Amino acid sequence: MHWLRLLFFLVVVRPAVLFLLGLFVRRQELLPRQGPAIVVANHNSHLDTLVLLALFPLALLPKVRPVAAADYFLEGDSTLGWIARNLIGIIPIRRRGSALENMRDDPLRPAAEALAQGAILIIYPEGTRGEPGKLAKFKNGVAFLVERFPDVPVTPVYLHGLGKAWPKGERWPVPLLCEVFVGTRLRWCGDRAQFVAKLERRVQAMARFGDFPGWDSEPSAADEKRALDGER
Amino acid sequence: MRGWFDLNATLLIAVGGIFALLVAGTIIIWALKRARPEKDYTELVQRTKSWWVMAAIFTAAVLVDRVAGLIFLGIVSFLALKEYLSIIPTRRADRRILFFLYLAIPIQYYWVGTGWYGMFIIFVPVYMLLFLPLPMLVIGQTQGFLRAVGTLHWGLMVTVFSLSHAAYTLMLPLAPAAKGGWAEPHVGAALMIYLVVLTQLNDVAQFVWGKLLGRHKIIPAVSPNKTWEGFVGGVLTSVALSAALGPWLTPIDWRGAAILGAILGIAGFVGDVTVSALKRDLGLKDTSQFLPGHGGVLDRVDSLTYTAPLFLHYVRYFYY
Repeated sequence: MHWLRLLFFLVVVRPAVLFLLGLFVRRQELLPRQGPAIVVANHNSHLDTLVLLALFPLALLPKVRPVAAADYFLEGDSTLGWIARNLIGIIPIRRRGSALENMRDDPLRPAAEALAQGAILIIYPEGTRGEPGKLAKFKNGVAFLVERFPDVPVTPVYLHGLGKAWPKGERWPVPLLCEVFVGTRLRWCGDRAQFVAKLERRVQAMARFGDFPGWDSEPSAADEKRALDGER
Repeated sequence: MRGWFDLNATLLIAVGGIFALLVAGTIIIWALKRARPEKDYTELVQRTKSWWVMAAIFTAAVLVDRVAGLIFLGIVSFLALKEYLSIIPTRRADRRILFFLYLAIPIQYYWVGTGWYGMFIIFVPVYMLLFLPLPMLVIGQTQGFLRAVGTLHWGLMVTVFSLSHAAYTLMLPLAPAAKGGWAEPHVGAALMIYLVVLTQLNDVAQFVWGKLLGRHKIIPAVSPNKTWEGFVGGVLTSVALSAALGPWLTPIDWRGAAILGAILGIAGFVGDVTVSALKRDLGLKDTSQFLPGHGGVLDRVDSLTYTAPLFLHYVRYFYY
């Protein structure tokens, strides 16, 4: 299926991401050029994974594997599962509390195996797609993984604007520009909580550079007038 | 279907002229870099490189045929609208409206392509204006309604309606006053080249005169780098250039072309400053980084959004 995935990215994903969306990447040279490596990003949209995968050269693509929730992608809708496995190349993980959870099994095992084989993993420590512009608290699964592979570099990435182009719960994406900020790589520091906190700070720091406004929630002129009338 | 070989000679000379200018510009910047190696010319070099790419794509699109020219300008409208929608505040409820805005691009350029002037001229200002509130009413979020409907329609007017005027020049037939040696599609291509070259050179001339002589700020609250000297120098350059190029590339005589040069010079300035005001309001320096050294597509076509409608109506009214 390798060739199908390559073809899919060459013909569909790259043109769509570059032309329909439009991407501005800051410090792309900081992305890992070889595995094993981990890329950590914020998560607002299904487009996040397509954009991140499109940033890597095609030759490296077979190695780049997004870690995704098995309960979301592999249950129910079989088309979605087929696309996720064969075209996107996800590594399914059984989330805690999901129907697929198996207490005796190590949930991180598939990710660890891929890393041992030199993969570049994409991990969203927020655990799920959140509201655009808002960073949810990072879960510490990534720290458990890095603890086991202390030599693997972790590159933080901040994706900006994608949550507007295709937010959770919407059926279709709309063309809007997006920005990608790549941070300097982090190494294992010996403490899980500390490591996750450090990662979170790095991503938060990059979030400040985003150029595009979030959803407009300003009160209308009528509301302001009503508020003024109330004060009088 | 016409081939490259039977292109009008004047048209080919005009395109040759564009590239001769680019060669000259590239040599001047190379000489500047050698003469003053301590100064940073990165932006100027990037800008010139982008000019090369833009000129190559533009001339190819215009020379191939009308359809290629229309598709090219449709893509420019798409990129400019996308930039606009990305930088303005929008309500989540209006996501579906954005689809309709993008859909307006192929429809508007279809009217251009069929040469249906009446529909082309009212589709965005009237029918899109009437239609846009409907999906918003169905969604039912009234908070921010006026602001949303106003900002979205303004963006559509600037990036799609105004720019499609440039495309409509491609559709103009042979003028009654036309000289010999012209065939129909070539007339449109020549008008388009004249419009775009004059608009862009007016930008460059205002920039260069401003750098050379600029003292008195013209509109400091919006665009602190713009000066009276740059503005007047640019307009005078455009008048001279237009008087020289007009009779050669278009059905306009030199007097009419000189007036047109002044109109385009002033309109180009206003378009430039209008987009500057938009950026200032949103707290941005450029609308994007799509064109290295220039900023975004909207930064590059800002003057054209004003010059294209004025040019089309001037030519249509006086020469057709």
